[in-house]
Amino acid sequence: MSIFDKFQQLAATRQELEKSCDTFFNIVMEEIISGTEAVINGRPTILAGSNNYLGLSFDSDCIDAACDAARKEGTGTTGSRMANGTFSGHVALEQELAEFFNRQSAIVFSTGYVANLAMLSTLIGPGEIILLDADCHASIYDGCRLGGAEVHRFRHNDPQDLEKRLRRLEKRNTNILVIVEGLYSMMGDRAPLADIVAVKDKHGAYLLVDEAHSLGVLGANGRGLAEEAAVEDGVDFVVGTFSKSLGAIGGFCVSNHPELNLARYASRPYVFTASSSPSVIASTRTALKILQKRSELRDRLWDNAHRLYRKLQDLDFSVGPEPSPIVAVRLEDKAEAFALWSGLLENGVYVNLVLPPATPDGNCLLRSSVSAGHTPEQMDRICEAFTAVRKAVETV
Amino acid sequence: MKVYENILGELYKILKPFVPQGIEIGEETDLVADLGLDSLKVMKIVESVEDSLDISIPLNILPDVRTVKDFALQIQKLIGDG
Repeated sequence: MSIFDKFQQLAATRQELEKSCDTFFNIVMEEIISGTEAVINGRPTILAGSNNYLGLSFDSDCIDAACDAARKEGTGTTGSRMANGTFSGHVALEQELAEFFNRQSAIVFSTGYVANLAMLSTLIGPGEIILLDADCHASIYDGCRLGGAEVHRFRHNDPQDLEKRLRRLEKRNTNILVIVEGLYSMMGDRAPLADIVAVKDKHGAYLLVDEAHSLGVLGANGRGLAEEAAVEDGVDFVVGTFSKSLGAIGGFCVSNHPELNLARYASRPYVFTASSSPSVIASTRTALKILQKRSELRDRLWDNAHRLYRKLQDLDFSVGPEPSPIVAVRLEDKAEAFALWSGLLENGVYVNLVLPPATPDGNCLLRSSVSAGHTPEQMDRICEAFTAVRKAVETV
Repeated sequence: MKVYENILGELYKILKPFVPQGIEIGEETDLVADLGLDSLKVMKIVESVEDSLDISIPLNILPDVRTVKDFALQIQKLIGDG
């Protein structure tokens, strides 16, 4: 018996998938042409599955800021925030995030995954309870597991189910943290946040909202769903990422609880990892400024989102419950999902193919994400590619 | 014992749609090896048990559940804990 025996099932699944679709495991961006285009399998391809919502990964000001920082401060910090890894840029970004969200304080983490791992493993622990939406991201589940709290799920986007569980659990007379997301990453649907805030207030629970996909996307100022739903005061903690709308990598948590700053000293994922490199911090600071100044990016993003959502509805695809920059097509048949995904790639369009059990309801998903950076011509080509593959698969 | 038997009966009812043809379900039935349940199906079953018995089942107990009997005993403990 070897330590690798446990991977046999994975090996068999991978082999099976490769038989159906040999490119599935071999997507390499051979050349990056822009924030919305790359060369894949030797072919220029429009990226319609990159979460680059505002198209800022190629913004010239962000690139200049990153290059300047790398020249002045080096390629990496080579240390933890608790040791030699706190540069003035990290502190400035934390202040800027706190100001942007109108919160007392902020903590910056090395990735969005680490932000959830750090906050959820630290805020709440053994003897306390977490109630999370069933469709929460894996980083939330992992953070909950690391902290040792008792973890319960409630049905996706169902405040009544949340209330039922809060009623059952409040008898335990312990702290309860409710966790939801602003926009859910697979289907692009919003949480019913005003109702969730009302329920958690009624039962004296805390609330953390992960705005990973909604930062820069929702709200008049781009602060996310809590701003759009006008319930920012009812949200105790906002977690988010720099790897989507801000075009870089990193994560954060903001809060009005003054104790947030203590959490950083207790958080192992914060203490025992190297801090973000100066170039990443510099481009993120610039992107955060652009997000605030250029609201037209959000308008363009939503125009593109509505356009693709309407097109896929017209093509009679089973799409998510509401238009959003994440436009997902639900498919029951795996072979059809592979055929459509490969067809899109051959037509020069890359979207994400997501297979169960990573999907919410056991179906396959063709998950597109649009960007403010997609030009009208690129949107035409994405829509034409969907039309072509729909016709081709129907013919087969 | 009566509580355990009642839980077992409820579990058999909930698991019935997930039992492959030709498999007879019993206390020692392995949820993954015998019934082939994946994580999504397990979560659906957990939700049904929660609704049927008006309890909340923490995810933390699931790694200790291999058989129907393990599941029934964990539920009995939760009911006992109130």
